[in-house]
Amino acid sequence: MEDKKIEAGFSSDAKKDPRRVVFVTKKVSAKVVGDRGPQLMTYPHLLLREAIVFEVLVIVMIVVALFWDAPLEQLANPLLTPNPAKAPWYFLGLQELLHFFPPFVAGILIPTLVVLALVVIPYFNVNVEGKPLWADRPAQNLRMVLISTIVLLFFLAFFDAWTILVPTAIVASILIFSYTARQQTSGWQSALAAKPFSWWVMTWFIAASVCLTVVGTFFRGPGWSWIWPWRTHVG
Amino acid sequence: MANNVTALLETLRETKVWKSIFRRGPANSNRTRSIAVFGNLFLHWMPVKVREKALHVRASYYLGSISFFLFLVLTVTGILLMFYYHPAAPNAYRDMKDLQFVVSNGVFLRNLHRLAAHLMVFMVFAHMFHVFYRGGYKPPHQFNWVVGVVLLLVTLFLSYTGYLLPWDQLAFWAVTVGTNIISAMPVIGDKVKFLLLGGHIVGENALLRFYVLHVVILPLVAFVLIGIHFWRVQKDGGLTVKDRDSHGR
Repeated sequence: MEDKKIEAGFSSDAKKDPRRVVFVTKKVSAKVVGDRGPQLMTYPHLLLREAIVFEVLVIVMIVVALFWDAPLEQLANPLLTPNPAKAPWYFLGLQELLHFFPPFVAGILIPTLVVLALVVIPYFNVNVEGKPLWADRPAQNLRMVLISTIVLLFFLAFFDAWTILVPTAIVASILIFSYTARQQTSGWQSALAAKPFSWWVMTWFIAASVCLTVVGTFFRGPGWSWIWPWRTHVG
Repeated sequence: MANNVTALLETLRETKVWKSIFRRGPANSNRTRSIAVFGNLFLHWMPVKVREKALHVRASYYLGSISFFLFLVLTVTGILLMFYYHPAAPNAYRDMKDLQFVVSNGVFLRNLHRLAAHLMVFMVFAHMFHVFYRGGYKPPHQFNWVVGVVLLLVTLFLSYTGYLLPWDQLAFWAVTVGTNIISAMPVIGDKVKFLLLGGHIVGENALLRFYVLHVVILPLVAFVLIGIHFWRVQKDGGLTVKDRDSHGR
């Protein structure tokens, strides 16, 4: 019984009495701060840069505001509906969606899902680790990618939603192309193949949003029909 | 001349009055430079030192800073615009005409406010995408990412509520299109729309509600959230810096 007693105090012989000082698990490893590198004083280094950014920004805005007038149309008239009636530019992607899907899907379901998806990004380990999509089980992942792409494309084709279908198809083809480059060690193809799943989803989201917004802003005319922005309205 | 100014400033910084205002003498040592940051109400949420890498332009492209500066510009120009504005129909529209033809630099003021508003929406989006691609949402920054997403929504609502205020055809129909979407919400859609518009259509009540949201409620919410957002950047250990930043790319 004597030898089982735990003794307090330090032992100088580490080989005889190994002690665990810290235990770094995979989950906390991202929080371990390594060498922070060289540091500079906030005052003046950061504040000076912020001041320059502010001044350049204000100067540019003043110059633009001198020459680019804010639009002002006729007094609001509930009886006179313009065709097309357009929301502000950052909602035109949604308005473009409304053209393809029922109001509940395009106006409520999709925006809610997008916001939820953005909020939960940091709480999924797959996004935090950011492993390349083709790192583990590449064949299985490729199969999943192919199936979901085909299902998605058919779904979009069914609704004639080709302003989402085109960017989806482009991003998906680059994604599938990156599978063939997964063995390469240098060059932009290997950099592409090293991208994690979250990177592809976000890139797809941005591509689709930009396409929807640009089409909604510049290429939609009366009755939400397709127009070319360089052609002035004829009659 | 330049030397005289510098000398004058240096003497000024040594005076009792200067020290009583700034709680320090000239910031010529690392100690006084530290005090310059944490002894200043408007800077105390910043770290005293920043990593050299975090100052590189590609670390942030200053997108977050630019978004905040735009918020400041919008606050100043917005308050000035409030002096000339009545949130009532059709007076609101007449005020726009007054800005155009009566008020000195009225058009310029409105241009600046509108430009900054559109730019802010754009910059907040750009900031979010840039932070994502740099992995800035990773621990311990998770919660600050969520605050950022909420700030994006607040920015969109701020811009959207401001869109109605000129009370012209553009404003009226843009907001009508937007609020019609709300009715598609199951069960509570029509109630929420009624709450927002103060009626079933975009009318005088809607204008007043959007005005109050635009100039009081949403700016306050944004102000508080921006405070939390900035404070958390420091508490969570500063900007996300990639290893490869040190060697060129």
